[in-house]
Amino acid sequence: MIVESGHYALILACTLSLVQGIFPLYGALTGRGRLMRLSAPTAYGQFFFVSIAFGALMHAFIVSDFSVVNVAKNSHTLKPMLYKVSATWGNHEGSILLWALILALYGAAVAFFGRKLPKTLYVKVLSIQALIGLGFYLFLLLTSNPFERLYPFPMEGSGLNPLLQDPGLAFHPPLLYLGYVGLSVTFSFAVGALIEGRVDAAWARWVRPWTLLAWCFLTAGITLGSWWAYYELGWGGWWFWDPVENASFMPWLVATALLHSAIVVEKRDTLKAWTILLAIIAFSFSLLGTFIVRSGVLTSVHAFATDPERGVFILAFLFLVIGGSLLLFALRADKLQAGGLFAPISRESMLVINNLLLSVAAMVVMFGTLYPLLRDALTGDKITVGPPFFNLAFGFLMIPLLLVMGLGPSASWKRADLAGIVSRLGFVFATSLVAALAFFYMLGGGEIMAAVWLGLGLWLMAATFYEWADRVKLFKVNAMKRIRRQPRASVGMSFGHLGLAIAVLGMAGSSYWGTEQQKIMAYEDEINIGGYDVNFRDTNGIIGPNYTAVRGAFDIRKNGKIVATLEPEARLFSTPPMPTTEAAIYSTLMGDLFIVIGEANNKTYDQWAVRLYYKPLQTWLWGGVVVMVFGGFISLSDRRFRMGAAKKKIN
Amino acid sequence: MANTRAGKRKTKRFYLLLTSMTILLLAVGLVLTALQDSISLFLDPSDLAESNLSDGQRVRLGGLVVEESFFKDEDGLTYRFDITDGNETVKVIYKGSLPDLFREGQGVVVEGEINNSGPFFATEVLAKHDENYMPKEVIESLKKRGVFQYSDGEEENI
Repeated sequence: MIVESGHYALILACTLSLVQGIFPLYGALTGRGRLMRLSAPTAYGQFFFVSIAFGALMHAFIVSDFSVVNVAKNSHTLKPMLYKVSATWGNHEGSILLWALILALYGAAVAFFGRKLPKTLYVKVLSIQALIGLGFYLFLLLTSNPFERLYPFPMEGSGLNPLLQDPGLAFHPPLLYLGYVGLSVTFSFAVGALIEGRVDAAWARWVRPWTLLAWCFLTAGITLGSWWAYYELGWGGWWFWDPVENASFMPWLVATALLHSAIVVEKRDTLKAWTILLAIIAFSFSLLGTFIVRSGVLTSVHAFATDPERGVFILAFLFLVIGGSLLLFALRADKLQAGGLFAPISRESMLVINNLLLSVAAMVVMFGTLYPLLRDALTGDKITVGPPFFNLAFGFLMIPLLLVMGLGPSASWKRADLAGIVSRLGFVFATSLVAALAFFYMLGGGEIMAAVWLGLGLWLMAATFYEWADRVKLFKVNAMKRIRRQPRASVGMSFGHLGLAIAVLGMAGSSYWGTEQQKIMAYEDEINIGGYDVNFRDTNGIIGPNYTAVRGAFDIRKNGKIVATLEPEARLFSTPPMPTTEAAIYSTLMGDLFIVIGEANNKTYDQWAVRLYYKPLQTWLWGGVVVMVFGGFISLSDRRFRMGAAKKKIN
Repeated sequence: MANTRAGKRKTKRFYLLLTSMTILLLAVGLVLTALQDSISLFLDPSDLAESNLSDGQRVRLGGLVVEESFFKDEDGLTYRFDITDGNETVKVIYKGSLPDLFREGQGVVVEGEINNSGPFFATEVLAKHDENYMPKEVIESLKKRGVFQYSDGEEENI
């Protein structure tokens, strides 16, 4: 019964989205106030019903109702509760339902927080949001119904892929989707503005918090996935340039560009058409990402079971949304009058360079991701584009980006003084260069690129700190007062940039100075790695809720003293039958010691295949991202972004 | 002219165009350079036998791991196994750690360099996340060679 109610609620939500998508929009175009007033209630109603649908599916998973196909295929009674809940979105149908839920959540949030928006824009934004929702409801109901029943039903489910049975991955999809789908709001604002034919500073101020919110979630979501890959897959790597990773990275790059170009629209009333275009592209990449993951056109380690019918539906939807919005853009972009001018050396042109580099980088990633498809279609060759492509092509574009990132915040709007910036930051640059070379030498040298990344990370860190110190006049009287009075948006910016600097140092450390050993180890064998002495003590058999495991015990010594005991596991799950490795990691500020235990090498089970990695500065990468996201949320709390906050007169 | 607003706008556009073009050209250059060394062609054992690729070319080789062909060397870290597409079989040697889901009789993709004079030395054996999951290229290759067995969905093997 609950399952059928969920199905029914989903159909109601679908109908409401149709109403919300058409009537208020028609009302706004023809000036009928009564139709326009339908907007908010339908947005709330849609969210209400899709929540019921989602709750019903989650309930089916919690009580293990195997008469539902989706539950039977993806759950099991022996699974811990957390993973029964997360199994709701750990499959195709459920994850699309989560998409729709979050889309409706954002719709309701815009309806609530946007009440002070100009009425016609408000209605248009909500209608566009509803039409996107309609596409997803139809997709669910026509091709991927999560509420389908099964008869006769099995007594036991076939279980969730054990690799997904992990706290990191339980929360990865919701966070990622909050990011992906958050970009739909920006998209709706952009299309709404195109229909209105008006983009101004106020528009940019409304759009920025939504972009920022989506960006924070997307950043956190991508990183959580990367962190999961790092400790769960046990390869010691954290980014593989896999199509599915790229699919989430492309919208991130464009959203980052958008975040910066919206500042230019707000402050200088220019770059409008470009910003609108970025908003469209960012959401298009979100859809493309969903398409790549869900249609299985690209070979990926993440690929789930696929179905051509779904692929065709998503492709058609993609075509409609992207094609339609770009067409509208082509027709209306000339209506968006450009405002202020800007000089080649100014904050705004630095932001333009940021935008160019980020969008070109997104294009490069897209090219590398889709090139195998293109090549297959043209010549029939089956190829893959490997990480070296991305590391080289993408990496090189990041060098000028990081350089400009250090300069940008110190440049003033309109016309900056290049000589002044150079004379102030020249010292910072020289210092970070010397520091990078010193560290490089201390770490025993290595590839020259390692020094370059180290230098860029230090430069960005120092330049960001310098700019902040300069802004608050750190060494003059009453500095504390000025530090506290800084606008939240600029504090957020400093944290965001600082976070990236920290993350860059982490990437450089773990990529260039990481070491790896693979050994057959007998009990009491000792290995030295990364300055630690690792002693293999013994192994034990473990029985978990739905798996059995071998757990190794390794004593980690530094200078003769035990600092930790690491216990990596090799698990064998029962349903579905599948082995996984649980790496054990000893993290310090200086680096991660990472141990994976494999299989026994002999019949007496006292020799085991063991892999050990030492990843210097690995924690900096994760920590840097935390700082970035923290910066994003600080910036989000800026009172300027509060809808209905007293409007400042623009220029 | 340069002092008028329109003139300024033109100068601004010119700078913007110049910067965009430079960055785009840089990107295209990078893409073309980077692409040369990082593409690997996918082959199945029959393709490999027919191909006239020269030694050292990076490729991915995919097929089924032949039953009872898998064994481990003395050092415990070097593995030998055969990969087949039903028509041709290739001997593979791999030193490193095997993914959790590596099994005889299952589909696998290995990456390495062409070695026309002996076994295929794999530098990487690609991991899959799912016990039912068969690399797409392997399915296509098996279909082409006429040895693909359609499963009824629930069985562990293809």
